[in-house]
Amino acid sequence: MATTLTPVLTETWDADRSWTLATYEGAGGYEGLRKALSLAPADVVTMVKDSGLRGRGGAGFPTGMKWGFLPAPDGGPRYLVVNADESEPGTCKDIPLMMASPQHLIEGMIITSYAIGCDHAFLYVRGEVLHVYRRLLLAIEEARAAGYLGTDILGSGYDLEITLHSGAGAYICGEETALLDSLEGLRGQPRLKPPFPAVAGLYARPTVVNNVESIASVPGIVVGGSDWFKAMGTERSTGHGLFSLSGHVTRPGQYEAPLGITLRELLDMAGGIREGHELKFWTPGGSSTPIFTAAHLDVPLDYESVATAGSMLGTRALQIFDETTSVVRAVTRWTEFYKHESCGKCTPCREGTYWLTQVLQRLEAGQGTSADIDLLLDLCDNILGRAFCALGDGATSPITSAVQYFREEFEAGTRTPADVLFPPEHSSLFTYTPRQTGVLAGVHA
Amino acid sequence: MSVEAGRTPGQTHRTSYDAETHARLTADSDAIVARYPQARSALLPMLHLVQSEDGYVSPRGIAFCASHLGLTTAEVSAVATFYTQYKRHPNGDYTVGVCINTLCAVMGGDAIWEELSDCLGVGHDETTDDGRITLERIECNAACDYAPVVMVNWEFFDNQTPDSAREIVDTISAGNPVVPTRGADTVVSFKEMSRVLAGFGDGRANEGVGGGVPTLRGIELARAEGWKAPPLQASGTAAPAGGEPKVGGEQSSAQRPATTSGDVSPAGEQKKQTSGEAKES
Repeated sequence: MATTLTPVLTETWDADRSWTLATYEGAGGYEGLRKALSLAPADVVTMVKDSGLRGRGGAGFPTGMKWGFLPAPDGGPRYLVVNADESEPGTCKDIPLMMASPQHLIEGMIITSYAIGCDHAFLYVRGEVLHVYRRLLLAIEEARAAGYLGTDILGSGYDLEITLHSGAGAYICGEETALLDSLEGLRGQPRLKPPFPAVAGLYARPTVVNNVESIASVPGIVVGGSDWFKAMGTERSTGHGLFSLSGHVTRPGQYEAPLGITLRELLDMAGGIREGHELKFWTPGGSSTPIFTAAHLDVPLDYESVATAGSMLGTRALQIFDETTSVVRAVTRWTEFYKHESCGKCTPCREGTYWLTQVLQRLEAGQGTSADIDLLLDLCDNILGRAFCALGDGATSPITSAVQYFREEFEAGTRTPADVLFPPEHSSLFTYTPRQTGVLAGVHA
Repeated sequence: MSVEAGRTPGQTHRTSYDAETHARLTADSDAIVARYPQARSALLPMLHLVQSEDGYVSPRGIAFCASHLGLTTAEVSAVATFYTQYKRHPNGDYTVGVCINTLCAVMGGDAIWEELSDCLGVGHDETTDDGRITLERIECNAACDYAPVVMVNWEFFDNQTPDSAREIVDTISAGNPVVPTRGADTVVSFKEMSRVLAGFGDGRANEGVGGGVPTLRGIELARAEGWKAPPLQASGTAAPAGGEPKVGGEQSSAQRPATTSGDVSPAGEQKKQTSGEAKES
């Protein structure tokens, strides 16, 4: 049987004024909180553990287990911090979720805070999404006015405040310890682990850091039960997830499906590759996950199967590129991104991404040397596993996988510019005449 | 009021606020500090607040933050220079950002960048002579299903072309308001935007749509096909008013757990997964 969509988080997105509390309550919202408050906090943790929910921000770590890592209460504060710094190239699920249905997240935050014994939760949203910030601010105000936040929530005796916090433009703050430093008013650089945030996180107190979609999935689990959640997905990758299709696909967008659906099935739903073209390469979960090709159309998009096939499920950010696209151009641009976003704390990432960019730029210009591919792979080898955090590792993924599948295009970079082999106007969604080749106008670095 | 020389010949920076402004900023900053268990956490929103006053992170703004939080100006500057949204010189009234990360670039973002840089006569992080527009090459803004994307003061302008993007900057240059595809009814100024990011709402959250066409594609397809998630078991208290999948609905698929072709976990455990665990958990 073909897999079908399973709208849970997306269920109310098409409603009139979908973002309001009234719409959310009208669709059964906050039933999960009422049920959770009638249970012991430990039972809520158990329920989420039993559901098999794994982190939806990319790493896939079991959410309930993460909560369970908190040490026993010592009378001091414990914190929930939600990571809404969605910035991984290709990833575009949390931002539309918070725009269309912020109450899903707020209810999830309240339930989670109750479960882990937290009285003050934080929502760290990237600063470059003004209207999402407005919607979240409103959602918190509405929840407070309805008695879901503040003191003695719904007469339970439980108190909670949520602080909304805007970032200011730094991809690295999606790394959980960099996010905590940023939230403490510092430069957003990752911390040495251990200690992990569960032991010494925000203000050196026990802290849970979870992704938006993970937390937004909690109310459904509490209402439906862990078996309901496990009825979707695979044995070890349970539940529903947002699959974000973008690029050379007929109908790009957000498709909420059980984990384990394939790209072939999703492309069928999205009208296939744009007319007259064919799939060349794609990312299963953002630019930090090794690319796939048409040979991987039937890989089940669950954590295990994607890993077995040589990549990572990541954020289910399916960026689709057709045969008009230069792999060298795509990879060079991603690498420039990592260079720009490297926080500078550790040498392998700071220096490595800089040199990767130098080599890739000359390959893109058709001026590479015969030793450049080996040089790239050697550089990657010196970054992967040696960087302070996952940013450096992620920077190597597109390069090593692209060389693996499209080595001949990198070899061509010793002779022919990428924009001669793959004229960019063939890839764009509109027709235009490029003004110049080589360096773009107005680009300094 | 004293002034000091800026980085551009002839440009000067004010080095302090007048009493009234200082009192207002102090009150706002007190409100920000009150949101956190520790005062220093207020620094990022306070820098947005400074930008709402001065249009950039000014020397006097840095001094103000340092004084208010008991930090040195060096400590504040170290933070301000780490984040790209904090501007080191006066920003235009509107930041126009063209996404040039891979996906948007390939779908046409590079062409849009060329068009705007050409017609405005400025490069990355440069401001037009009339002070209206600061042009930026921006990274992925989480709207890839709307590529190519342009952001104006961090409101979404989806599915752009060189012509549509040029129309946006022409409208701004002419002093007229521009309307995002997903956002408020009009784009507010850089200073007004910065005040919202400092945590002071402008009452515009109810403007605009919940989601654009790509956002809603999955749910609309599910409705058309009658696809639903397995029904939620009602807890018995506070039954949902409607909207959740109904048990026993006409669509038999609504009662059947979704299964997938990959419903067997492979024996091989992922290795590379560990490297991702530190990222976006």
